Amino acid sequence: MLQGHLDILSIAIVTAAACALPGVFLVLRRMTLMSDAISHAILPGIVIAFFLTGNLSSPLLILAAAGTGVLTVVFVELLQRTKLVKEDAAIGLTFPALFSIGVILISRFAGNVHLDMDVVLLGELAYAPLNRLKIFGSDLGPVPLYVMGTILVLNLIFVVVFYKELKLVTFDASLAAALGFSPTLIHYGLMTLVSVTTVGAFDAVGSILVVALIAGPPATAYLMTDRLSRMIILSAIIGCVNAVSGYWIAFLFDVSIAGAIATMTLIIFVLVFLVVPNRGLIAIARRHARQKWEFAQTMLVIHLFNHEGLPEAETESAIADLHEHLSWDPGFTNQVVKYALSNRCVSRKETQLILTAHGRTIAQQALVQ
Amino acid sequence: MSYGTGNEWFPYYEQAFSEGSFSYRTGNELPYYEQVFSDSGVLGMQASEQKAIQVTDLTVAYQDKPVLWDIDLDVPPGVLLSIVGPNGAGKTTLIKAILGLVRPAAGNVLIYDKPYEAQRQIIGYVPQRGSVDWDFPTNVLDVVMMGCYGALGWIRRPGKKERELAMQALEKVGMEAYATRQISQLSGGQQQRVFLARALVQDATVYLMDEPFQGVDATTERAIVTLLQELRADGKTVVVVHHDLQTVTDYFDWVMLLNIRRIASGPVDEAFTSDNLRETYGGRLAFMK
Repeated sequence: MLQGHLDILSIAIVTAAACALPGVFLVLRRMTLMSDAISHAILPGIVIAFFLTGNLSSPLLILAAAGTGVLTVVFVELLQRTKLVKEDAAIGLTFPALFSIGVILISRFAGNVHLDMDVVLLGELAYAPLNRLKIFGSDLGPVPLYVMGTILVLNLIFVVVFYKELKLVTFDASLAAALGFSPTLIHYGLMTLVSVTTVGAFDAVGSILVVALIAGPPATAYLMTDRLSRMIILSAIIGCVNAVSGYWIAFLFDVSIAGAIATMTLIIFVLVFLVVPNRGLIAIARRHARQKWEFAQTMLVIHLFNHEGLPEAETESAIADLHEHLSWDPGFTNQVVKYALSNRCVSRKETQLILTAHGRTIAQQALVQ
Repeated sequence: MSYGTGNEWFPYYEQAFSEGSFSYRTGNELPYYEQVFSDSGVLGMQASEQKAIQVTDLTVAYQDKPVLWDIDLDVPPGVLLSIVGPNGAGKTTLIKAILGLVRPAAGNVLIYDKPYEAQRQIIGYVPQRGSVDWDFPTNVLDVVMMGCYGALGWIRRPGKKERELAMQALEKVGMEAYATRQISQLSGGQQQRVFLARALVQDATVYLMDEPFQGVDATTERAIVTLLQELRADGKTVVVVHHDLQTVTDYFDWVMLLNIRRIASGPVDEAFTSDNLRETYGGRLAFMK
C-alpha cells in the first residue's frame, strides 16, 4: 500500500516539475494556450504511430506525438501569418481539427483498441504505477516515472544550458535576433520540449492536468518574485506542492487524482494571489485603505492649517461642525478625527481641534508638493 | 557583389589608371576591373571613402504592399544621423532591414563593406521602449548585461566582467543607483536610459536607435543628446529614428527624410530644407523652417 502511494506521488511530483520548467517561458511569452492545443493535437500522431508499431508503449509514439505537437505550432503560425486570423482563433481552429482526426482514426480503425477518451483527457494517475518496468524479471518501478524522469532531466538541461538565450528571446526577441540568437530556433526548441513533455505527461496524468501544471505553477510563481531564476525554481516547488496536496485530497475524499491536483493548482494560485506581500490582493486592499485614511487625515490637517490663527478659526475647527465644513459624513469625520488624534497630528482643546507641531509639518509638506 | 553607388566608381576607375594600379594585380586572380570597381577591392578602401552603412536599392514589402521603395542611403562614419518622416513612412522598417530583422524584397545593406551577419559585434541596437514587456521578472543590471550576450555567444554565461561593464554603462546614463531595481518600477525615461546602457555595453561602432526620445522627460532627453554627441565624438556612427522636427538641427549633423522612398539625405544644412520637408510630409507638415 505504501509502495502504491509512493509510486503515484513520485510520478505526480516528477510530472509537475517537468511541466513547470517550460511552463515558465510559456507563461512569460503569453503562450500557455499553446500547451492546451498541443496536448490535444498530439492524438493523431499517437494513433498513427500506434498503427505503424502496433505497440502502445513504443517510444516511437512519443516521438510521433511530439512531431505532431510541433506541427500544431507550425499550423497555428502559418494561419496567423496570413494576417486574416488572430492567434487565439488560429489555435482554436487548429487543435480541435487535429484532435478530431485522431478521434476519427480511432473510431474507424481501432474501435477495439484500448485508447480510452476519458483517460486521454483526464488521465488516470491511479493506474499509472500498474505499468512496471521489468528487466530480467526484476521490478524497477513504474514506467511513467522513468519516462517523466527522463523528460524532467531533458527540460532541466535545456533550461540550464540555454537559460541566457531563453531569457533574451523571451524578453526582447528583436535584440536576440540582432545579436545572432535565432528566436525561431529557441522558439521551436521550446515548443519541441513542450510537446515531448505533454506527450509524456498525458499518458500518466491526462491532458487537462498537463495544461494545469504548465500554466498554474509558473503563474503562481510570477506573483511571488521579480527574478526569472527564482521564478523557475519556485514554479517547480509549487508544482510539487500542488501534486502532493492534490494527491492527499484525492486519497482522503476518494476522488480523481488528476482532478484534485488540477483543483489544488487553482486553489494555491488563489491563496498566493490573496496573501503575497506587496502585490497580493490583501496587501493592495490594505494599502488602499491606509492611503484613504492618510489622505483624509492630510485633508483635515490642511483645513485646520489654512484657518489657523485667523478670526474664523474657532468656527472652522469646532469638532462638532467639522463635517459641515468639509462636507463629510459625520461618522466618517469622527473616524478621521480619531485617526488623526491617534497619530498625534491634532489635539483636542475643549470643543476645538488644534494642530500639533507634527500635524503642522504634515500640512506644510503636503502643500509644498 | 556591390559596385558602390552610381557616380562613385568612375573616379576610382580614373584613379586606377592615373596611379598605376596595375601593380595591384599581382597575385590576384580577379580581372583588374573587378578589383578596381569592387567595394572590397584595395582601391575602394581609403578611410575617408568608406561607408559605415551603405543601403542600396532596398525595397521591403509586407505581402505586396511596399513599406520601403528602392532606398539608397550612404552613412559616412562618425556622423549623428536622424531619420525623420511621417507615421508609416517605414523608419522602423528601415532600421530593422539594416539589422537583418526583416527580409528585403530587393536590395542590399552593407556595414563597413560587409553584410550584417559578419558585423553583428560592432552594431548596437536600441529597439523601441514599448517593444518589450516591462513586467518581465528581472532587474536593471540584468537587462543591461543582455548587451554582452552577443560577445559571449551561445551558452556561455555572463560573469563578473560583464557585470562590471554593465555597471559602467549604467554610470554613463546616470542609472547606477537603480542597478538592482525591478524593471517594472522604472519611469519611461529611466527605461529608455536602461535600453541605451544595454547598447553602450556592447561598445559598438555603429548604433541604431529606434525613437529613443519617445515619451521621455526633458532631463532624460538632455542626457540622451549629450550621450549621442559623446558617441559621435568617439568616432561612432549613430542612426536615430526621430520624431521631433524642431530639434533636428540642434541635435544631429546628418538627416534622412523618408516617406516610403528616400526624399533626401545628407548634412542637415543641405538636406533639411523646407522643400524636402514639404515633399516628405505633404500637406501634413505643421512645422516650417
